Formats: sequence, C-alpha cells, structure tokens
Amino acid sequence: MSAVLQVRDLNVSFRQDGAESHAVKNVSFEIARGETVALVGESGSGKSVTALSTVSLLPDSASITGSINYEGAEMVGADEAELRRVRGNDISFIFQEPMTSLNPLHTLEKQLAESILLHQGLTGAAARARILELLNKVGINEPEKRLSSYPHQLSGGQRQRVMIAMALANGPDLLIADEPTTALDVTIQAQILELLAELKKAEGMSMLFITHDLGIVNRFADRVYVMKDGEIVESGETKALFANPRHPYTQTLLSAESTGVPDPVDGNAEVIAETDALRIWFPIQRGLLRRTVGHIKAVNAASLTVRAGETVGVVGESGSGKTTLALAMMRLIGSEGPVIFMGRDIQGLTSKALRPLRSDMQIVFQDPFGSLSPRMTVEEIIAEGLSIHQIDPTRDKREIVAEIMVEVGLDPETMHRYPHEFSGGQRQRIAIARAMVLRPKLVVLDEPTSALDMTVQVQIVELLRNLQKKYGLAYLFISHDLKVVRALSHKVIVMKRGDVVEQGDAAQIFDNPQTDYTRELMAAAFDVKSVG
Amino acid sequence: MALPDTEIDIETPVVVPPARKRPWLSPLNQRRWRNFKKNRRAMWSLIIFCVLFGLSLLAEFIANDKPILVKHNGEYFMPIFNFYPETVFGGDLPLEAQYQYEDISCLIISGGVIDCYDDPEGILAEIEDTGTALGEQIDKGWMIWPIIPYRFDTIVDIQGAAPSAPDENNWLGTDDTKRDVLARVIYGFRLSIFFTLIVTVIASAIGIVAGAVQGYFGGWVDLVFQRILEIWSSTPSLYVIIIMFAIFGRSFWMLVFLTVLFGWPSLVGVVRAEFLRARNFEYVRAARALGVSNATIMFRHMLPNAMVATVTLLPFIITGTISTLAGLDFLGYGLPSSAPSLGEMTLQAKQNLQAPWLGFTAFFTFAIMLSLLVFIFEGVRDAFDPRKTFA
Repeated sequence: MSAVLQVRDLNVSFRQDGAESHAVKNVSFEIARGETVALVGESGSGKSVTALSTVSLLPDSASITGSINYEGAEMVGADEAELRRVRGNDISFIFQEPMTSLNPLHTLEKQLAESILLHQGLTGAAARARILELLNKVGINEPEKRLSSYPHQLSGGQRQRVMIAMALANGPDLLIADEPTTALDVTIQAQILELLAELKKAEGMSMLFITHDLGIVNRFADRVYVMKDGEIVESGETKALFANPRHPYTQTLLSAESTGVPDPVDGNAEVIAETDALRIWFPIQRGLLRRTVGHIKAVNAASLTVRAGETVGVVGESGSGKTTLALAMMRLIGSEGPVIFMGRDIQGLTSKALRPLRSDMQIVFQDPFGSLSPRMTVEEIIAEGLSIHQIDPTRDKREIVAEIMVEVGLDPETMHRYPHEFSGGQRQRIAIARAMVLRPKLVVLDEPTSALDMTVQVQIVELLRNLQKKYGLAYLFISHDLKVVRALSHKVIVMKRGDVVEQGDAAQIFDNPQTDYTRELMAAAFDVKSVG
Repeated sequence: MALPDTEIDIETPVVVPPARKRPWLSPLNQRRWRNFKKNRRAMWSLIIFCVLFGLSLLAEFIANDKPILVKHNGEYFMPIFNFYPETVFGGDLPLEAQYQYEDISCLIISGGVIDCYDDPEGILAEIEDTGTALGEQIDKGWMIWPIIPYRFDTIVDIQGAAPSAPDENNWLGTDDTKRDVLARVIYGFRLSIFFTLIVTVIASAIGIVAGAVQGYFGGWVDLVFQRILEIWSSTPSLYVIIIMFAIFGRSFWMLVFLTVLFGWPSLVGVVRAEFLRARNFEYVRAARALGVSNATIMFRHMLPNAMVATVTLLPFIITGTISTLAGLDFLGYGLPSSAPSLGEMTLQAKQNLQAPWLGFTAFFTFAIMLSLLVFIFEGVRDAFDPRKTFA
C-alpha cells in the first residue's frame, strides 16, 4: 500500500503575546492511494490546522515541526514555488463555507478558468470545454447557462458543487474536504456526500475528510483518526472503531446524541403566546417613488399556540422562514395578524409599550459567539436586563447573577471574565442565563444548539429541559436538527418556503409524517446518519 | 484560551465572589497597549512627542519677555503671572514694566534709583563693582530670565535688516518683523497641537454621533441625512471662512468653530458603515429583546466595537487638521497675524528666500511634528489589528 501523504510527528504551535499555544501535538497519520481517511474531533481539536499545515496554508504566527511527506517530497520547509505547484494541483481543498470561499465578483467561468489556466495552461475553447465537463461531473444542471452566473445566484448546495468542481479541475491526487457539508441543509448534505463518494471512485483520488459528524464518517471513511486537544487519541478501520471504541473520548463522541422525549404537559395549561395566520411579507420597492412591486413572502399564515411548560418545535431548511417567525413573535420585526401574548394582543405596540413585556419573553440566538457583546464582562451581560426591568431591585445584583450562573452550570467565580474566554457551550449558557435571569414566561430558542459540538449539544438540551420543568417555561424551539427537536418538543411545525406544511403533535409528525416534504426531511436526518 | 467545560454542582450554596474593581484598561486594551509598546519606533515617537508637547505647554517659562522671578528691595515678584506697573519698581510710568529694557532692569536691581532713566549702564556697572548705587548702600535685586528672553510677539531690538540671521541671541534668527523665530516655533507648535486636539475632539464627537444615528436607524433617517451631508460637504468651505472672517474678524475660536463646522462629516462614513453592519448582530438583537433603549444599545453595545474603524481614521484627521491650519495661515486666511503661526512662517520663508533659516525652520518643524504623529498612529493602528501578532 503506497501512501500518498505521510505525516510524522507533526507539531504546530501559535505564538501570541509571547505565549505559545500548541494546536497540534505529535500527530502522525498516512493516507493511502484511493483511500478515504476521516479526521474526527470537536471544534478546537486541531483538525483543520492539521489539514492546512500539509501545504503550509497557516498564518505566519504558526510554527510547524515534524515531517509531511507528499509523494516522496518533503512539505515542511519547502519553498513557495514548490508549495504552489502542489497546492490546487496535486492537493485540493474544499472548505466549509460555500458563501465565502467563492469570489462574489467573478462568474463561475472565470473562477474555474483561473485554476485551469494556472496549472494546465488551457485557454479559450479548450478551457471552456473542460469547465463544462467539470460542471457536468458535479451535477450542475444546464452548465452552459450557469457559466455566466455569479455565486449569489446559486443556492448553497450549488455553490458547494462549484467548489468541488474547482477542487477537481486539475485532477488532484488528494482532496482535503474540511467540513464540506456542515453549512448545508440535511437534504443537500446527503446529495453532496453521494457526489463526493462517486467522484472519488471515478477519479481514483484519495480523500482526507475532516468533520465532527460521526454519521458521515461511518458512512464514508475507510479509516478514522479521532483527535482531541491536538492529539490523535484513537485510530483504526472505521467499522472496527465504531463497533468497539476503546478510548473513553471516542466512546463519549459516539454516544453523544440527544435522545428521549420531553415529559408530557397538561393540555389545558395557560396559553402563553398565540398567533393567528401571522404573515410576514417584506415589500420589494422599485423606482424613484419606492412603489411596492411585490413581496418577499417570508412567512405565510402561521398559526401556533404555545402553552406554559410546552415546547413548540419549528423545523425546516434554511430560508423556510423559521427565524423570521421567531423574530416576529418577539416583535423584533414587523408582521401582520394578531400576536397574542399572555392574553393581550401585542401587534402594533410601540417599543416603549412593549418594554414592560420584554421581561416575560426572551430569546436565545444561534451563534454563541455573535450574541454576546465582546466588550462586556459576563456579569454586565447577565445583569443588563435586571436594571431595565427592576427585577428584585432590593437585592444585590451580583448575588442574582451568581445564582443564575450556578443554575445554568457556570462557575460564578468567572463572572468578571469576557465572553472570548469561554468555550462555545459556556457562551451559550451565558446567553441562556441572560434570558433566564428575567424569569420569562416564553423563551424563543433560535437554533441554540446548532453551532455547538455534539457532546455540548447534549448538555445544553438537558439544561433546557431542566429549566423548563422547574419554571414551567414555554419554548418556541427553532432548529433544522430533527434529533434535537424530537428530544425537546411537544408539538412540531414543519415549514417550507414560508408555508406551514405540517403541524401537530411531535410523536405523530415523527412517527407518521403526512406530507412528502416532511418524509424527505425525516429520511435525510435520520437515515444518512444511521446508515452503518 | 477557553475555559474547560465543567459542570457545576447545583446543590452547593451559591457563593457570590467579591466585587472586583474593573481594571483601568480592559484586557483587550491591555493587550493593545502591550502591542503598542513592542513597536519601538511608535513608542519612542510617543515619548519624544510627549516631551516636546510637555515643554511647549511650559512655553511661558521657556520663551518669554518677562523674567520668571524678580527680587526687588527684598520682595519677590512673578511677572509672568501678575501685572506690575513700573511704579512698583520705583519708576514713574503706570504702565507694565518693560523688563527687557536696561533702565527697568537697572531700577529693579538697584532697588528703585530714579537716575536709572539717565544712565542705566553706569549705575549697573557701579553695582557690579562696588555693590552701591550712586555711592549709597542698596538692597541688591536680581531677575531670573527664561532661556529665550522673547515671547512670540516680542520685537527684538537689534540692528540690521529684518529677517536677521541666527546668532547667539536669536538661535534661529528673526522673522521679517524682527520676532524671534525659536520663540515663535515653540508657541506655534503648541498652538497647532491645541487647535488640532480641540477640533479633532469636537469634530469626532459630532461625527460619531451623526454616523451612529444614521447607521443605527437606517431607512429614511439615513437617506435624508446622507443627502444633507452631500450638500454640506460640497460647500466651498474656504469662501465661507473668508466671508465669516470678514464679518466677525479673525480669531482662534472662530477658526476652531469653522473648521469643526466643515470637518465633522469625515468620520460619519466609517461610523455609519460600522453601525449598519453591527445593527443586525445578534448581541444587538439580544439587547433589543431585553428591552434596552436605543441610545444605550448604540453607545454601550455598538460604539465600543465601532471604535476600531474610528481610531484607524483619526490620524488622518489629526494630520489633516494641522495641515489645514497651516494652509489657511499660509494663504493669510488663518489666525490673526500676531498669533504664533507656523503657516505664516512658511509664507514669510517664501517671501524671503534670502533668509533660508525661515524655510528650514518651518520645514523641519512640520516634518518632525507630522512624522512623530504618523509614527505614533501607525503603532496605534497596528496595535488595534487583531490579526497582527507580536512576538
């Protein structure tokens, strides 16, 4: 078995402010010709750094030691010209974010032609023919018409296909895919993975697959390396490793899945929030007089009821209007149709009139990095709402903050720190504490777990469940991750392009979906990940 | 460095950690300060600039036509702070004493011998030799002079044609009205920096608020404001300055007012852009969901994060303001002609090419001042760059 890439004792460290942090420690692995190797681990485990160091794509502050041998040539310390020859030609990359890895100002033809010209010297008709061939190969319909499209005219899945076409353009020996499907919807994910598997077979490439999603690994990879804190803790054949994980970390990873269903609630519990045919249309205005020529229909006629202690899950793919619906419920954007909160129609109230109600309705956002102001300490972040709403004005604010921090599982000693000092899961706990400290009745959870690692997801779901039980909270839970929705929701609403396609009790929807779309979603979510 | 993800035991009683005083600089700013210090050129520029500016703040004690301390008949006087007529020193004019003239210094030293008006040199020589004035015992006085015994507007009493070359009395020569160039440089430096600081602070404050409001509210507010700004910034400011000066007369504060009036839009663009970007950030949404008022969101949550762009632009505003002042003075539309202006010195240098010390002085003053500022702000900008690492 000849190895395409051989990595021996790789160490990568970053310098900052005189302090050195080791991102990768003594990592050794190899990829044989035609083999798919997966590098698995949670965020911060050094997967991507390892991959980028193979062709020295790391920033200047990184120092690399060890040996990276590609087809007999040493890559560590190789000169720029040598590296450039290998990059994009012999070793190609696919990155996670298809939105940002294509140049928004260039057409598809131009983007693809650049790499072909650079490494193969093809121009004009020959290049064009090659581009069409590539686009056909990655399954872009009617490639001739797409040549002059710009990236923003394509969907996320199509963009990722174009990225793959670019990576394939020069017939690479090794394709490094860094979380290629993480940013995509479940149904698209499945398609892209199938495409990659087919292409790999057809082109006889090797593939280094970086992911945190064990379902994909199980389905896809020949061999697996599990990384934790910059070290490889376990490796082996995929089947063997999944059947018999030896390292405790691998065992945790494999068992990390949100399971169970929520406790049932009283059907006559107090109604916290209710909408009736809620409609959110954004006008499209044209011309000098800003006449409304049409609407972007984000949400059409959504009716839902949330009772105390109950979770209503909203599922759907990106662009289906889930988040818009949540923001409208919170009265953060305009909408039409009544929104009844605690028995009172809050549609059309001014922000001043809404302020007293704000303490009863809170929201937790998806991105734990973006939702905390980076210049405020945790104490300031959590306590901000307290003074606005005069909650327990006689008590010391720091005491209240310390209590809520313990409740969400944070150490109150850390209240002086800034958000960047916390991990993703801890930040999400801070965001939850900020919402919970006001003792709300309704909490809107906008994809609170999707930016987190699996093991952390499980903890957050558990925390949310406990809080709900303790305080009888009503949740509006928005997610594209059906497993998490099943673990938390009593009722489910399925949305597609702004329409509610199906809604009802969670058990009924999961076990007996009525519409094709819901069935498709279920298949993509539960089958891809459990094929094994 | 992220903290480890640990579970906290919920059963233990809550211990409230003691209130910790917020450090003067947040950790982020401490890091920036460390980065700045590592940039040696910027750090030295800052030190040199602070020393120069500190010295120029004490200009009255370095270059003045009044002594710092006077002893006369056993009493002490501080003419820099107080007004003393000649009569205090035994003279007969009720006007301010002209300390640089020999008869006045004779009066002070001799303790008020009235004959000083007739023969100051003789009396001073006698005091020097014998300690007596006109044969009588006196309480001998003295004066401590600043290093440069001229103020920026002192007409130096020497022979020869007006710009006179550097000599041991006037180290950088005199200008075309026989005023000491070095004294004018010291006062002019201070005036330039003061002017710039005042204008920059006021113009930035207005610009940041205007940009913040536009970016935060967007929509119609933004649209209308942008059109007003376009009209405003296309107003020919030079004409307005000339007209206003013609009506109200030239003065320092009038010039500050007019420069701010036309200077504030420069920051609006970047601040507006930052706020447009930040207003859809989730932490801003989260603050809105908490019911935080608009003003608080703008200034507590968004402004600190918009400051990086502002700080990057500040050096251009500061150096630009110095150049504006110099340019206006050079054209003759700036400060009153008696004020110590570097721009006016440049104009004189142009008119008196036979006196190269004027040109050299003006050039080196501007070159050093602007270079120091540019180096300092280059360091500031790098220190604010999160991607730059400093070993």
